[in-house]
Amino acid sequence: MLKKYEKIIIPLVAIILGLLVGMLILLVSGLDVGALFSGLLQGATGIKSGSDLNLRYPGELLVTAIPLIFTGLAIGFAYRCGMFNIGADGQVIFGSLCAVSFALLVPLPGPLAAIGTLLAGGLGGAIWAFIPGILKVKFNISEVVTGIMLNYVALYGCNYFIRILPGSTDTKTAEIPLNASLESEFLSSITNNSRLHWGIVVVIIATILYWFIIEKTSFGYQLRATGFNKEGARYAGIKADRSVILSIMISGFLAGLAGSMLVQGTFTWGRILVASESYGFDGIAVALVGGCNALGIFLSGLLFALLSVSETILQVAGIPREIGQIISSSIIFFVAIQYIIKFFLDRSFKKKKRAVSSKEEAA
Amino acid sequence: MDYAIEMLHVTKEFPGIIANDDVTIRVKKGTIHALLGENGAGKSTLMSILFGMYQPNRGEIKVNGKTVVINDPNVANDLGIGMVHQHFKLVDIYTAAENIILGREDKSMFGPLSFANASKKIKELGERYGLYVDPDMKVEDMTVGMQQRVEILKMLYRDSDILIFDEPTAVLTPQEIDELMEIMKNLKNEGKTIVLITHKLKEIKRVADVCTVLRRGKVIDTIDVASTSESEMAKLMVGRDVEFKVDKKEHEFGDVVLKVEHLNVKNARGLSAVKDLSFDIRKGEILGIAGIDGNGQTELVYALTGLSKVESGKVYLNGKDITDLSIYDHYEAGLSHVPEDRHRHGLILDFKLKENYIVHSYDKAPFCKHGVLDNKEIDKYASRLTEEFDVRSGQGIETIARSMSGGNQQKAIIAREVDRSSDLMIIVQPTRGLDVGAIEYIHNRIVNERNKGRAILLVSFELDEILSLSDRIAVMFSGEITGVKKAEETNEHELGLLMAGGHSNA
Repeated sequence: MLKKYEKIIIPLVAIILGLLVGMLILLVSGLDVGALFSGLLQGATGIKSGSDLNLRYPGELLVTAIPLIFTGLAIGFAYRCGMFNIGADGQVIFGSLCAVSFALLVPLPGPLAAIGTLLAGGLGGAIWAFIPGILKVKFNISEVVTGIMLNYVALYGCNYFIRILPGSTDTKTAEIPLNASLESEFLSSITNNSRLHWGIVVVIIATILYWFIIEKTSFGYQLRATGFNKEGARYAGIKADRSVILSIMISGFLAGLAGSMLVQGTFTWGRILVASESYGFDGIAVALVGGCNALGIFLSGLLFALLSVSETILQVAGIPREIGQIISSSIIFFVAIQYIIKFFLDRSFKKKKRAVSSKEEAA
Repeated sequence: MDYAIEMLHVTKEFPGIIANDDVTIRVKKGTIHALLGENGAGKSTLMSILFGMYQPNRGEIKVNGKTVVINDPNVANDLGIGMVHQHFKLVDIYTAAENIILGREDKSMFGPLSFANASKKIKELGERYGLYVDPDMKVEDMTVGMQQRVEILKMLYRDSDILIFDEPTAVLTPQEIDELMEIMKNLKNEGKTIVLITHKLKEIKRVADVCTVLRRGKVIDTIDVASTSESEMAKLMVGRDVEFKVDKKEHEFGDVVLKVEHLNVKNARGLSAVKDLSFDIRKGEILGIAGIDGNGQTELVYALTGLSKVESGKVYLNGKDITDLSIYDHYEAGLSHVPEDRHRHGLILDFKLKENYIVHSYDKAPFCKHGVLDNKEIDKYASRLTEEFDVRSGQGIETIARSMSGGNQQKAIIAREVDRSSDLMIIVQPTRGLDVGAIEYIHNRIVNERNKGRAILLVSFELDEILSLSDRIAVMFSGEITGVKKAEETNEHELGLLMAGGHSNA
């Protein structure tokens, strides 16, 4: 019975423990623990005692969550197919470059521009992921090594290309055409002028497709089989090499979409990055806490976004902003040591069972 | 008489399973004591406890009458307990002598290793126990039987008095088994105590004095071997009567199903592994391929099933050239394949049982419509196979394959491959590591398929299996067929000679 709910219980326990660590640190430092929770509540819902409901907060929360969910889906997809796509960060960056270049260089009418830009980002990510994929299949090189190296290539290489796009300054490109962006007056207006954009719809669709492809289709079956046991899949008649490349390219496509979201939604221009913004690496945490399943990733993306947007609120309340990072790192830590959590859960569960059965015996 | 080993009321629990439940065995000094049991009966766990690899939850261990705590294999070594593992633990590129002294080297502080003393001792030991090994030969150049002798010498060199043999005959030819049995008797006569883990009744009958039967972690009985028959032992082990003979009727064979012509295959290292093989199999016929592991059988099967490329030659299935088809198209042409390695090929271990049933057909109706899996159909099919083939597992068709026992994993694979009703079945090592109950079942299934008119290629390293199932037997040695015999016209001895590279007319 415990096994069945393990996937839900373990992340929940990790989240609670993570919050406890945060509280403990505040207590030791003599800070107001209550402010932590009211800050988180405000970040999540916009409710703050003594002032009006401000939906701008949940709006911004979603804006932050969208790229995180995409990279979470990217890492999760690769993981379900037996790969560790640590190169997702580079795929986000290259995806951004492709999206912004498409938006600036290919004028299309109406919503076609937005759709084209979106796909350009995704395809960019997929192409960037193809490199570790083909190297893995042809030369048996670990996708982790090539992925990490390509992250740097993407970071510095893309900065060069962003700089030479027409209208670029030293820090960013020109603004993309309005019809290439995902900005939404409607979504913005219902969330008190937040930057909330149509990307929220795209990410929901992507999450549903993720679930459907992995769990429900023969294509997903094939990719999962290859991921678990490549030789076994080959024996079964599955084209295993092709599956490996497709898996990581789909993962790259999702990471590339995170790049599109940054260009089309969060900002409306491409940026020159001084250092990695680590969306790809945050995606690892999101996927890990979300147990690599669709709904889990969506929720854990929201959680990490919440911890990140609450930082400024907490700072205003006199709590150091680092507390958000402490909590999210603790959560990751506790999920990573899930075997220890499992061990204690199993033990207490068994004890209960034993207690019950000995009571029965006594009766 | 004194006891060399006493394990008293030993209990070892693993999460969710009790591997040893209040097990008590007493091994007398200077005897050969067999441990008999099905897979998962707890034999290996018990010996791992004795060898210091696991700690028991409860119970006491006495060696030579003294209570001891063995929490490390080194402690076991110091107590004079040695173990010959099923998979040898030797360094291939070292010589026999180097392997034997490894960890016990004579050396001066800065000087080179000294082999003088070691070689002398190895020679003495070899002569005393009839263990003939060339101390300067590299392990990689040795036959499996010789490697095993090196392992035994390694224990003797360390002055072990209590020797544990874990399934020692699994990898040997009949002649090598004979030699091993002699060696074990010699060791006994020289005062050594031996514990023999096995599920082969014949071997127990030949060498053991006493046999303890384990079933589901419990001691069922400890018996005197001389006064107990094989079938009685089998009954104790399985818990019911076991039929040893397979019911196989004579019948006419039909058309040629598989035809192999001048087949050449290279192995992973690029060396020639199958050399100019030609043979055919007819409808309703079982062709057994006998031979010692590593004589080209694996490469032959890989080539026939498309898993590896054919160097030259042709393979025809029902007259159609399938030599260069993809793996997928091999299956489409009418082939099923029970692979040698059930974990590497046969199963996706992290998939559920039901998902493992459809590895060949996940993309076909009725399991898949327009690319979407139909879980209802899959469940229905999986339940039927599970019931029909009596595949047992914790959570039925939802069980993760990894958590199933070896026997049931194998039954699941057999179920899947048999149910595909292919004209040609290639079956490799169908019963490796299984207990007599499961073997009986699987053998009957294979013969049943033969009787239905399938052509079957059976590859096995177990001569008994080959002899009792096959209609014709081809012996492979070093990539070539050294002889083809009718099953009823040959015997273990003749096949054993062929397997070792001799010719039957020599």
